[in-house]
Amino acid sequence: MTAEAAGPLLEVEGVSVRFGALLALSGVSLNVQRGEILAIIGPNGAGKTTLLNVISGFYHPYEGRILFEGRDRTRLSPPDVAELGVARTFQNVALFKGMSVLDNLMTGRLLKMGGHFLLDAIWWGPARRQELANRAFVERVIDFLEIQSIRKTPAGKLPYGLQKRVELGRALAAEPKLLLLDEPMAGMNVEEKEDMSRFILDVNGEFGTTIALIEHDMGVVMDISDRVAVLDYGRKIADGPPEHVRKDAAVLDAYLGAGHD
Amino acid sequence: MIYREAGQYWLQAVLIPFLIYSMAAIGLNLLTGYAGQLSLGTGGFMAVGGYAAFKLTTAFPWLNIVVVFALAGVIAALVGLVFGVPSLRIKGFYLAVATLAAQFFLIWLFNKVAWFTNYASSGTITAPPRTVAGVMVTGPLATAGARYVAALGLVMLGALVAKNLVRGRIGRSWMAIRDRDIAAEIIGVRPLRTKLLAFGISSFYCGVAGAEYVFLYLGSAETLAFDIGLSFLVLFMVIIGGLGSILGSFLGAAFIVLVPIFLTNVPHMLHLPLPVALQKQIELMVFGGLIIFFLIVEPHGLARLWQIAKEKLRLWPFPH
Repeated sequence: MTAEAAGPLLEVEGVSVRFGALLALSGVSLNVQRGEILAIIGPNGAGKTTLLNVISGFYHPYEGRILFEGRDRTRLSPPDVAELGVARTFQNVALFKGMSVLDNLMTGRLLKMGGHFLLDAIWWGPARRQELANRAFVERVIDFLEIQSIRKTPAGKLPYGLQKRVELGRALAAEPKLLLLDEPMAGMNVEEKEDMSRFILDVNGEFGTTIALIEHDMGVVMDISDRVAVLDYGRKIADGPPEHVRKDAAVLDAYLGAGHD
Repeated sequence: MIYREAGQYWLQAVLIPFLIYSMAAIGLNLLTGYAGQLSLGTGGFMAVGGYAAFKLTTAFPWLNIVVVFALAGVIAALVGLVFGVPSLRIKGFYLAVATLAAQFFLIWLFNKVAWFTNYASSGTITAPPRTVAGVMVTGPLATAGARYVAALGLVMLGALVAKNLVRGRIGRSWMAIRDRDIAAEIIGVRPLRTKLLAFGISSFYCGVAGAEYVFLYLGSAETLAFDIGLSFLVLFMVIIGGLGSILGSFLGAAFIVLVPIFLTNVPHMLHLPLPVALQKQIELMVFGGLIIFFLIVEPHGLARLWQIAKEKLRLWPFPH
């Protein structure tokens, strides 16, 4: 293992984001270690999704740096970030509703496919071969997530819980190094949450994918994450193992108000 | 002899325009149905194809007409790329208005600059006689049959290529941009490149269709043949046939070409003596009514109806 490969996968260094007068993130520093599941928690409006959006290149910080595998990539666009090996899901499911589940997952694998459009036009040689090879991988993701039966269903017609699962599948299809999940269990019932927790743990365990996720359900967070970072009013107020963060005074203040005993 | 005349009529008035409109509808469907970029510039891009083919074949008379059509498509694609650039910034209706500008600008250009018509005093462009494999396919001496076969071959090739494009990598990146551009970006789809490719390929089809329109169907044309009405006609075909469906492009074109003919013949069949002017009015009203009816009953178009029918027939006569 090289020295570079041993360092953190992602480093956020003193990042600040401003929307007009609102300071959405102020001087946030955060590491994501290789192979871990990091949970980012915090009250509403704490800046969690903003942080994810900065990492995925939708916003650029006016201050601070972001390093991926030790290299500065603060000002990349979302497609550039995707090329580095970062995939994500969205808080309010952003599937391609008119496309089948299979096509959604195949789209997740677009970066693994290339070639000239004229070869695609005749559907011959490399174009055909890469379609088959990538389809084989996508079928593995479909098996893994147990969504075989809805393969051909348009994504927009699925119930919410399944849409969340398909969106996870689309991100997995890209074989990311870093997987960002924005509230993967929001709006799910207990059973669906258990399924999703199991998938997240399996992805991490079987494929060794590094995961950073935002979640509100504290039970889930404490169960599945290796480390928890807490944001409040755009600042990081705590960072550490779940059992440690659970007892942190600043965290309790943020969640319960300053007046608690 | 009568049979032969009737055959000629069907080829010239029904089948040839159907095939050419299908080609244009495939082009617009790639852009609007698959990539989600609404365009009202179809007539303008077809005009580019028509005028480019005319200029090419008069400047290089030795050039095979199939090559001329292909080059006309390439020139239309380049023009389409230019007018596709604003699509990175503007979406939906606003983009439609921008493509409308393309429509008006291009028609104005072909009207204004006499070079495009080789300084013809009438302002029309005329298809010169050209052969493919020894058979006359354009010009006044080309038979309807030869022109039909040429149009058929081109549209079959075009449909095959379009189908290959949409079922793979490129089609998925178009649909991703159409359905959720933000999610598409984080997957690695580059919006400008993807939209421009859609504009380019779409305009290529429209350009070839425009060249066919002049060379295989009309024989000679003025800019009026490519006015905004043509843009809307092709858009209707795509919407009625089914957005995001290659088959739908054919069905939509067939609907738009056949329904007026059918409506013209209904009073005859029912032995209703209607004055011709009144009949024309009724035809237009029924036509408009049918379009609205189809859009309400099946907003996904005739292609979806066909798909549903196929699924039903597979199970028939069992309910499940």
